[in-house]
Amino acid sequence: MYAFDFVKPSSIDDAVKALSAEGAQPIAGGQTLIPTLKARLNAPETLVSLTGIAELKGVCRDGDVLVIGAGTSHAAVARDAAAEFPGLAALALQIGDPAVRNRGTLGGSIANNDPAACYPAAVLATGATVVTDRREIAADDFFQGMFTTALEEGEIVTSVRFPIPEVSAYAKFAQPASRFALTGVFVAKFAEGVRVAVTGASEDGVFRWTEAEEALVRSFAPEALADLRVPDGGMINDLHGTPAYRAHLVGVMTRRAVKAAS
Amino acid sequence: MTRLSMKVNGRTVSAEAEGRTLLSAFLRQGLGLTGTHVGCDTGQCGACVVHVDGKPVKSCNVLAMDTADAEVTTIEGMANADGSLSVLQQAFQDHHGLQCGFCTPGMVMSAAALLEENPTPSEAEIRHYLEGNICRCTGYHNIVKAVMAASGQDVSQLGVAAE
Repeated sequence: MYAFDFVKPSSIDDAVKALSAEGAQPIAGGQTLIPTLKARLNAPETLVSLTGIAELKGVCRDGDVLVIGAGTSHAAVARDAAAEFPGLAALALQIGDPAVRNRGTLGGSIANNDPAACYPAAVLATGATVVTDRREIAADDFFQGMFTTALEEGEIVTSVRFPIPEVSAYAKFAQPASRFALTGVFVAKFAEGVRVAVTGASEDGVFRWTEAEEALVRSFAPEALADLRVPDGGMINDLHGTPAYRAHLVGVMTRRAVKAAS
Repeated sequence: MTRLSMKVNGRTVSAEAEGRTLLSAFLRQGLGLTGTHVGCDTGQCGACVVHVDGKPVKSCNVLAMDTADAEVTTIEGMANADGSLSVLQQAFQDHHGLQCGFCTPGMVMSAAALLEENPTPSEAEIRHYLEGNICRCTGYHNIVKAVMAASGQDVSQLGVAAE
């Protein structure tokens, strides 16, 4: 790692102030950022830790919405969202391993927007609202391609407001070494419709599979998807899987998610 | 360099640290607690697992400064007060839950956290919880057996059907 200064503010206001300095970057749980720093792929002058800000942590229900603080660890979401939103708690429990889940956070995951991260699928599939220190961003506008989001320099995700679906499930085909999603699909059924979001598969990061959504509105059953396929074009090609393999997995994992949810 | 303090194995300690000092390096080089092993140094293998405020974390993937004033437990803090092995450590010895021993500190710290959360885990639950701890010697069977035995469960039939 290159050398950097480290500061740990205890309020959102102080964190935003610290992040306005030249060369300052935020760090949440650090489960992706620290390995990136070790590889010298990033060289901040100052790291502003968000782990000491109590107002960023916690899970609470607000009507039909589950509000989760951006600094809430995956382990805490798995535990504290289980009763209100079991599909989301189950997703959190599949991220990394127990030690990673104790450090990694919701806000860190979506701000990084790794194309194979789990949380973006849940945020997009529920049509959640990303709340920052300065505005609210709809999930459909937040994710803007691999490692790219609508966040401005120095803008901090403070919470995510998840509309709670009638039923939901996340089906993940985990890459066995990294435990990232080789392909993961979150399906959420609401009174007004169905949303399907796919992570791990596309070079553009998380995306909605609208044809599947339309088919599932007509019939919320795996069979409704039997004739649907996503095109191979734009799917990730790496040593873990070809575009055709990932496109196939999108169908398989979506059917599994629907089965698990229904 | 800054003077960094935290509570490690029940004692308040301090040593010099930079912003980029990892918790694993602070424990090993700063405090001389070399029981915490660094295997992959990429957050994958789990040899460096310690408890921070009671929860297992990968210490090679945590900045030391971020744990200022926290309560940290390392493998050096796991033995009984008289220096004898804890029930869990003794079970690793009794059931040959280690060969080269490099992964063992992390295995013990993760297994201790599991037993704290779930005092009588099933074989499947143990295997799932230890997913982030890699062992290249044992093939895991005896580690699982050791954790089950430490939880007071009968392990005499474990793996018999498979043999």
